[in-house]
Amino acid sequence: MIRGRGLEKRYGRKRVLRGVDLAVPHGGFAVVTGPNGSGKTTLLRLLAGLAHPTRGDLLVDADRSRIGYLAHEPLVYRELTAVENLDLFGRLYRIPERRERIGMLLGRFILWEARNDRVSTYSRGMTQRLALCRTLLHDPDLLVLDEPYSALDEEGAALLDRELESLVGQRTVVVATHDPDRLARLQTGRLGLG
Amino acid sequence: MTYLADVAALTHKDLRIELRGRDTLPAMLLFVLSTLVVFHFAIPDDAGDTAAYGLLWVAIVFTALLGLARAWVPEQEHGVLDGLVLAPCDRSAIWLGKTLATLAFLLAAQAVALPAFVLFFEPLDATAVAGVLLADLGICAVGSLMSAMAAAGRAREVLLPLLVLPLAIPLIVGGVGAAVSEDGERFLLFLLLYDAVFAVLSWASFEYVVTE
Repeated sequence: MIRGRGLEKRYGRKRVLRGVDLAVPHGGFAVVTGPNGSGKTTLLRLLAGLAHPTRGDLLVDADRSRIGYLAHEPLVYRELTAVENLDLFGRLYRIPERRERIGMLLGRFILWEARNDRVSTYSRGMTQRLALCRTLLHDPDLLVLDEPYSALDEEGAALLDRELESLVGQRTVVVATHDPDRLARLQTGRLGLG
Repeated sequence: MTYLADVAALTHKDLRIELRGRDTLPAMLLFVLSTLVVFHFAIPDDAGDTAAYGLLWVAIVFTALLGLARAWVPEQEHGVLDGLVLAPCDRSAIWLGKTLATLAFLLAAQAVALPAFVLFFEPLDATAVAGVLLADLGICAVGSLMSAMAAAGRAREVLLPLLVLPLAIPLIVGGVGAAVSEDGERFLLFLLLYDAVFAVLSWASFEYVVTE
């Protein structure tokens, strides 16, 4: 469950978020839209716990270990392979039977064949699919996804559609996107910024 | 035990990345060796022990700076530091893992540099070597924290020496003192105390450097 009231975020003199109210119930699926620079990424960083609001109250009812955050950047090491990256995060998240979980996710996102290749050799779409694997690795209760469809081809986007459909009602999901129509049938609420 | 397992996983990851990319250690080795060679030909034979030890410390500190400047580059690429900060491990484990990895690179560089120094200049006794090892520990502990701070800013290359060098001065004094003073043990104790104080401060404050 997420509840935010009068959220404001400033970096120095620059105000990037102003008077944002939002409420997402447990199992809700919220879509955040808005033009570039409207504060979507900043809002998602607040929800993930990577930043704190300058003003306003924010309650995110999920422990740090139960949040899955997909950022603009993939948050994986370029010089490690997919398996090595996921194994490192699996250890840090203390995932039981992490090898099975890693294998299952790599298979689901069609990265199994490339599992032992360095991320630096991946295409942007493959890197984004690996970032999705990292986000889902610890089976989080709250998913915060920043432009998850960026760089994905049709096949990757369809995979993500299926993944998000399976999460509806089971997990709380907040997605920032420039293509809200794609998620219209899944959403339970929408927040427009800017 | 979980904390140590996290530190081990993070250190292992850094060593693996360096073994693959070879971005840091070759540069450190080349720098320290070429510096000692230049000093060997540049300073006169009658310059004395103190001058030689002083030059050794110039080489050590700037070699360490070279390693520290690269320390957080893998985390900056693809924004991995955010991913580590979000993980439920103790955030100080991230600092400790980075400190141990940087220390490993510095020790590897010195495994070549110290014999080269003995070859070109003066023999090193056990107290002098202990001084170097203790100073390495201090430089890496403080340097990893300062390097993380510098990495968060825009002008990392400019900021890092400004942050690290003033804090490294006591280490240089202690290291040179351990090598040239007749009371070298006193300087070793000083280095030990510096390491303990600054390692604890860095360990405790890292979380505030990487979070808002």
